[in-house]
Amino acid sequence: MAQDAGATAGHGTEPWVGRAMPRKEDLALLTGNARFIDDLEPVAGLKHAAILRSPHAHAQITGIDISRATALPGVVGVVTGADVARVTRPIPSVVKVAIDYYPLAVEKVRFAGEPVAVVVADDRYIAEDALDLIDVDYEPLGPAVDVERAMRADAPVLHEAVGSNIANQRSISYGDPDGAFATAAHVVELPYRFPKYSSTPMETYGVIAQHEAMPERYAVWSNFQGPFVLHPLMAGALGVPGNRLRLISPPASGGSFGIKQGVYPYIVLMCAVSRVLGCPVKWIEDRLEHLSASSSATDRVGMVSAAIGANGELEALRFENICNMGAYIRAPEPASVYRMQATSNGCYRVRNIAVDNTLVVTNQMPTGLNRGFGGPQFFFALERIMDLAAKKLGIDPIELRKRNFIAKDQFPYDAPGGSLMDAGDYQSAVAKLEELSGYPALVARRDAAKAEGRLFGIGIACGVEPSGSNMGYVSLAQTAEERGRSEPKSGANTSAVISMDPTGAVTAHICTTPNGQGHATVAAQIVADRLGLDPDRIDVVTEIDTRVSSWSIASGNYANRFAAAVTSALAACGDKVAGKLRAIAAEMFDCAPDDVVLSGGQAHVPGTNKTVPVRRLAAAAHWNPEGMPEHTEPGIYETAVISPEVLTGPDGDDRVPSSVTYGSVFDLAAVEIDPATGRVAIEKYVSVHDVGTVLNPLIVEGQVRGGFVHGLGGALLEEISYDANGNLLSGTFADYLCPTAPEVPDLVIGHANTVSPHTVLGSKGLGDGSSMLAPAALANAVADALDLDEVDLPLTSHRVWQLVQGRKPVPSSIRPMPERAGDDAGDVPLEGLLRGSGTVVIDAPPAEVWAALLDPQGLTDLLPGCREVKAAGANRYEADVELGVAGIKGRYLADVSFLDLREPNSLSISGNVRGGLGHGRGSGRVRLEEADAGRTKLTYDYGADVGGKVAAVGQRMLGRVTEVMIAEFFDGLNAKLSGADPRSSGGGFMRALRRALRLLGVGGRT
Amino acid sequence: MKPVAFDYIRADDEGEVLEALAQCGSDAAVLAGGMSLGPMLNMRLVRPAVVVDIGRLAGLRSVDSEGDRVRIGATARQADIMADAGVAEAVPLLARALPHVGHYQTRSRGTFGGSVAHADPSAEIPLALVTLGGEVELTSAHGRRHVEAKDFFKGLLSTARRPDELITGTVWPKRQPATGYAFAEFAQRHGDFAIAAAACALHLKDDRVQSLRLGLGGVEDRPVLIDMSQFDEAEAPGDLALAIAEYAAGSLDPLEDMTASADYRRALTVSLARQVIDAAFEEART
Repeated sequence: MAQDAGATAGHGTEPWVGRAMPRKEDLALLTGNARFIDDLEPVAGLKHAAILRSPHAHAQITGIDISRATALPGVVGVVTGADVARVTRPIPSVVKVAIDYYPLAVEKVRFAGEPVAVVVADDRYIAEDALDLIDVDYEPLGPAVDVERAMRADAPVLHEAVGSNIANQRSISYGDPDGAFATAAHVVELPYRFPKYSSTPMETYGVIAQHEAMPERYAVWSNFQGPFVLHPLMAGALGVPGNRLRLISPPASGGSFGIKQGVYPYIVLMCAVSRVLGCPVKWIEDRLEHLSASSSATDRVGMVSAAIGANGELEALRFENICNMGAYIRAPEPASVYRMQATSNGCYRVRNIAVDNTLVVTNQMPTGLNRGFGGPQFFFALERIMDLAAKKLGIDPIELRKRNFIAKDQFPYDAPGGSLMDAGDYQSAVAKLEELSGYPALVARRDAAKAEGRLFGIGIACGVEPSGSNMGYVSLAQTAEERGRSEPKSGANTSAVISMDPTGAVTAHICTTPNGQGHATVAAQIVADRLGLDPDRIDVVTEIDTRVSSWSIASGNYANRFAAAVTSALAACGDKVAGKLRAIAAEMFDCAPDDVVLSGGQAHVPGTNKTVPVRRLAAAAHWNPEGMPEHTEPGIYETAVISPEVLTGPDGDDRVPSSVTYGSVFDLAAVEIDPATGRVAIEKYVSVHDVGTVLNPLIVEGQVRGGFVHGLGGALLEEISYDANGNLLSGTFADYLCPTAPEVPDLVIGHANTVSPHTVLGSKGLGDGSSMLAPAALANAVADALDLDEVDLPLTSHRVWQLVQGRKPVPSSIRPMPERAGDDAGDVPLEGLLRGSGTVVIDAPPAEVWAALLDPQGLTDLLPGCREVKAAGANRYEADVELGVAGIKGRYLADVSFLDLREPNSLSISGNVRGGLGHGRGSGRVRLEEADAGRTKLTYDYGADVGGKVAAVGQRMLGRVTEVMIAEFFDGLNAKLSGADPRSSGGGFMRALRRALRLLGVGGRT
Repeated sequence: MKPVAFDYIRADDEGEVLEALAQCGSDAAVLAGGMSLGPMLNMRLVRPAVVVDIGRLAGLRSVDSEGDRVRIGATARQADIMADAGVAEAVPLLARALPHVGHYQTRSRGTFGGSVAHADPSAEIPLALVTLGGEVELTSAHGRRHVEAKDFFKGLLSTARRPDELITGTVWPKRQPATGYAFAEFAQRHGDFAIAAAACALHLKDDRVQSLRLGLGGVEDRPVLIDMSQFDEAEAPGDLALAIAEYAAGSLDPLEDMTASADYRRALTVSLARQVIDAAFEEART
């Protein structure tokens, strides 16, 4: 396609494209008039769903009793995995592996937060009341949480039919990487770890689903953002043809950043629920659900290596990536793993590249789209090794990159992985970066600060921004042979529809389901230029109704596809309408259509007095079909469907042109670290972008800033954390930390734009931006400040402080509780991450202590809040415990066994407790020794785990809580045997629960 | 994220509240600003039978100067007190602590009584109150009592308030001559629960320490007042500030969680304590 500046250019009118027009969308949003999914009540008789979720990371479901829940007044019904397995089929992914993914757990749960049952009731309050009344029996299984441990032969297996947790492995190489590594002057290697983080839009997922029986079809309203390639998968799961699954997007969106792709399993789920229960159902995800079970980016660990020549030439790259897919491979994953494959050279001329991808399933939430989709992970590896190589070779990191950039005159550049990179001028861009950052002065400042012993560092990161995805690139997860067995897949069908009604009002339809990007504003600018109208006169419909919209598999909002692909469809469609208007005017004026110019709302022939309002031409098309020019259809309703011609399918060598445009981003971060606190202060952050033609500078700036803040969050704050048992630790915004305004430093933005030859307007996609580079740039800066090679994200003050202290930092992602003495799992047969021990001297001889411990009635007294203890077998007891303090109450069922009895010297205790707020299990050993004068020295050690809601909303205090609880139990024993009231010694359980409530960390202070 | 069903009482006078508390005791939750109770209700971590809303009790919002003390009513908003020049003049430590309390938005609704009742170990108002030796005023159907702040905070989210009592106010000692006041805290983000916080009131006489009060927050399960009597009569800080800070940090048994190890909390405490001692000393001297 050739670049042009719009139909009206050259006629003396300033085009609308390129102007900083305020967003059409904002008035409704800012005045509270926008309508979101939760505002919709599209059908009568809506019922409300709430989802029961697994408190366990990995467990067999041995029974579900819904009778108490269904008996609750106001409850319509309860749907379980068995129902869903009956009415749906598993949702497939491109990886051919025996993983059945249903949106509701069937027989087994594989991550904490996985949906287990759905209650539907008259309102959400009742539905949530009923969740407490569903009794699920779980048989916990060993968890496989850490991605590297999950790969071991002895790891618990999530999907038995697969036989291991390694779901897929592919090695792809371009050129001769082995040869290049063998002969290179320098080889630099870096193990890396990229954390699991996500998107946190203000609006969470929402679905309204209605099943109709005659004929069998579904209507769904949901804030699903696409890609609509998932629509056939949803229809397939529901067992209906595509035209029987109608998806409708709400008029406004409360943000996404990728994550609204992940709502689609809930669309299938709520459709199934509506079908089983026979009523329309509405479900709005809450924040705890969102943070624990929506979706996240696919985190990685791996090794990156660079082969470098004597003069700093980058000769080869090797990436060994272990990708944590979570509990299932959920389509469109593993797309993020392969998105950067075709551009695995980054900004560089390197031709020899090896990429090894291992996809591993673990007991964590499944993954999906997140801003940058594979870019942040990829550029973290590539740009960290570039900075490290510069350091090892004693070359300035910018200079090293300059020596290796693809040159301006090499574009369009045929990258080793198959990308046809459209345009770029990386040398100018990086020169801009140096200029805006005052680079030489900044380096001098860094050197001076370091000479004073201060921790000051500079980090660089450069990257390309593939935009407008080829729908075929995902199939790189298959071998060429596997791909050969099915129809070729490529392209990115993109449509635009423009209609004019009899009054001349224009409506443009694009299937982009935007989430705040301002598509309507820019679309109106583009169409306005084509038709010579004011953008205010053009309404833009961006939402999709699959029953009426001209959608296709590539529809939706992802991969920066608006500027990279949709704009070309809009321009093409605008030209069709303009052509028709000119033809009608030419008929009136008796001139050639090419003589007619559309501008200022008029069609006119320059140099004549022939002029007619465009609205009259529109009216004529509706009112006077007879008067239409020959071969012209009446009415004005034009459709353009394009697929960028550069997007061909993968070839036999795994090369694929993955995207339409390849913008580029160049970031520099300068930081100073406070050694006392570990705080990373960003002294300077400069970001230079090539976005092609700027369509609207306001929107470009907004995207650039937003991408930066998302990357900043991943670099410094955000992480979805699990403990080694798979309990989620970051269930609220007190533990999942997003940047807020005070954390965002000044961002200096520059541009080095080159026009894309792949789009009509010359624009390139730009929404990912620094979300892909800020993690690498900031890690490089911190590594520079601390003179370290490896640094793990997020660079929280605590982790950086540990690095400053020269200590081993808390590992990323899988976070064990702090180590304690004797905590070696190898020699202590105790379960659990929360470990402790203690000693208490009791005023009674061992025999009495022994008897008290094993006496059910005694236990009733000892366990605070205990209503009843029943013997449930030999030395096994069930206790009904009510724990409560102030307004906080919960009933718990405790199941305790005494094992390994060596009267009166020692015994072991093992047990579990479950209730509404969570579950716990633990084991302990107790030793009794005769102390002086008829007294007993009791020593104990224990291990315990806590999961469920209490863990998810903040496990931070559980170690201390457990310690206190257990100490209080034995103090109570002492008090009892000494004749005192056991509860006077503290009600330790209550105090512990109070402590547990500190866990909530929910928001501010009363 | 929907609370369980509860009865809601919007009390018009204090008597109504006290009667409800006398009847319901720990089954009742008192709602003031709702900045902590609201999320706890929504997450169903608390399931009260009755929520008693004291937001309409006009009498609880007042600020009164009583001799050498200032009494701040329980439902006084944090934002209102922050904007009160009289309080800033009379209780400078409080004025310095308040900007750290939550966020602009939460301070606009959050109350003094609520913060004290909730007893978050990182909360700034309880820390300032303990540091200054203030009191909590509690009222029940049986009458009124005052509890010293250091005895009021019992642990994580737990206080000496009895189930039938309403916190009706806090009592703050006024500024003393030749005394400096300082507050500092460290949180991962602005407005987060402090990982560690320090508050100091330092009274000088002839450039010697007459009395030194150092309070530490966020480190243990309640605000802690460090016994500093051994430093009485000590020479003016200088290097002494570090010694005092290290002494204070060494006397703690810090919480350990995924945000911060005990070592980290101790290290932050040293840094913050030193900072507030230095600042308070500077102020006391001028």
